[in-house]
Amino acid sequence: MVNVKVEFLGGLDVIFGKQRTHKVSLSGESDVTVGNLIDHIVDSMIKNPRDKDVFIENDTIRPGILTLINDTDWELEGEKEYVLEDGDIVSFTSTLHGG
Amino acid sequence: MGIDSIPEDVLLELEALRRENTALKQKLSSQSELPMSLEEFRRYGRQMIVEETGGVEGQLKLRNAKVLVIGAGGLGCPCLPYLVGAGVGQVGIVDNDVIDTSNLHRQVLHDSTKVGMLKCESAKEVLGKLNPYVQINTYPVRLSYSNAFSIFQNYDIVLDCTDTPLTRYLVSDVAVCLGMTVVSASGLGSEGQLSILNFASAGPCYRCFYPVPPPPSAVSSCQEGGVIGPCIGLVGVMMAVETLKILLNIYTLDNFKPFLIQYSGLPNQTLRTFKMRGRQPSCKACGEERIITRDTIEAGEVNYEAFCGARNYNVCSPEERINVQEFENSVSLDGKPRQILLDVRPHHHYKISHLPNTFNLTVKELRDMEGDMSLLQNKIPDIHNESEVLVMCRYGNDSQLATRLLKDKFNIMKVKDVRGGFFKYIDDINPSLPKY
Repeated sequence: MVNVKVEFLGGLDVIFGKQRTHKVSLSGESDVTVGNLIDHIVDSMIKNPRDKDVFIENDTIRPGILTLINDTDWELEGEKEYVLEDGDIVSFTSTLHGG
Repeated sequence: MGIDSIPEDVLLELEALRRENTALKQKLSSQSELPMSLEEFRRYGRQMIVEETGGVEGQLKLRNAKVLVIGAGGLGCPCLPYLVGAGVGQVGIVDNDVIDTSNLHRQVLHDSTKVGMLKCESAKEVLGKLNPYVQINTYPVRLSYSNAFSIFQNYDIVLDCTDTPLTRYLVSDVAVCLGMTVVSASGLGSEGQLSILNFASAGPCYRCFYPVPPPPSAVSSCQEGGVIGPCIGLVGVMMAVETLKILLNIYTLDNFKPFLIQYSGLPNQTLRTFKMRGRQPSCKACGEERIITRDTIEAGEVNYEAFCGARNYNVCSPEERINVQEFENSVSLDGKPRQILLDVRPHHHYKISHLPNTFNLTVKELRDMEGDMSLLQNKIPDIHNESEVLVMCRYGNDSQLATRLLKDKFNIMKVKDVRGGFFKYIDDINPSLPKY
């Protein structure tokens, strides 16, 4: 069992009942990865199944969404392979374009 | 009296006075060879005495700097006066847009008397008064692959204050080709983002962060999604801070780490700095095998339109659409109309102003019903397959999508889209209704 905080920023909270931060507990026989967390978000947290493609595209996070693990670009942390630890904060933020 | 009659000692005295006079003149002129005028010392004194700016030396770096700002809107307006006030020597402003009343809550260089004026000229007018020591150049053109290089090459650093992914990729690509650092920011609603791209031709560029553009349906503009003035304003001011730090060499190749600052205005104001990836070897613009070069961009071979895509709203045939005059003629708005009038704008838009006897359901809500007529009848009790339905949105885009859904998913055949939407109706038929 691992307990993490998940955040949806940049307007992404719209597909999560407008709630920006969520406490998530994940259980697994072996290590729980960010990939597992994303599966959990898609399967259990997105309120409306039609909104899934706002978050996911071709089995990965949709282009235009940045994924951060403890305030660090997930590209520097092993992306989906990163093994979650208690207290980790995983943030998803939509890229903004307005000016 | 001839010169012979002047006593020798007087002549010597005269010669000494002449020498002294020359020496004094020289001393005076060496004083006037100060690096800046006394007025500039006074003007920039408060920032020069902040030790980290490097005093006079730092001020001269600013005076020798040339900064290009793309966009004089919600980000450019709050940023520009601080750059000009700080004494950046030359500032270029690229913007071909004109001022609209709906810009004024956030674009603080413009005012009510300037509606219709070019934003870059309005900005220049204010900034010229703020600091006459700064040269302001305006470019009232839309930035494109064909004009970008000729504008950019006159500057040292570029600020991306634009509002679409397309121009953001273009600004970054051109800056990479010319070795310019980019201060890039964006905002929407109550949030904003800021980063430094291609820092000293060593940091990551926009394509390193975003190799694949978002689908056009996920891109929202300020016009569509709304924006809180001071929230985007703060981000614009932060751009000025980052620009000064670059110009004053506070960032160096040693200490610069790629970052993205995320500002949230709601519910509590927060500022987070995310540590970001470095330059990507696989990047098409700045990587090892770059294919985006000055040549390919200027030849039009980098197709930004196709890369970023666009939403396709034109999904209705001409027979499926009516204009606002036909709408007005066929509908009795005083009594209960025989048609069902459906306004598909977001509910908070509808609340600001709407026509009487209309129903309000968004395209998303219609789509989520998946063609189930009983769900639709929960919202519009009298609707059935033979109903006449007229659909309207803000500008006539979403209403086309809704018309398609009603016809194809709900099998309601007599549906018409109102061209140009509610705002066109206000413009042409009833200007007494509020537009926003």
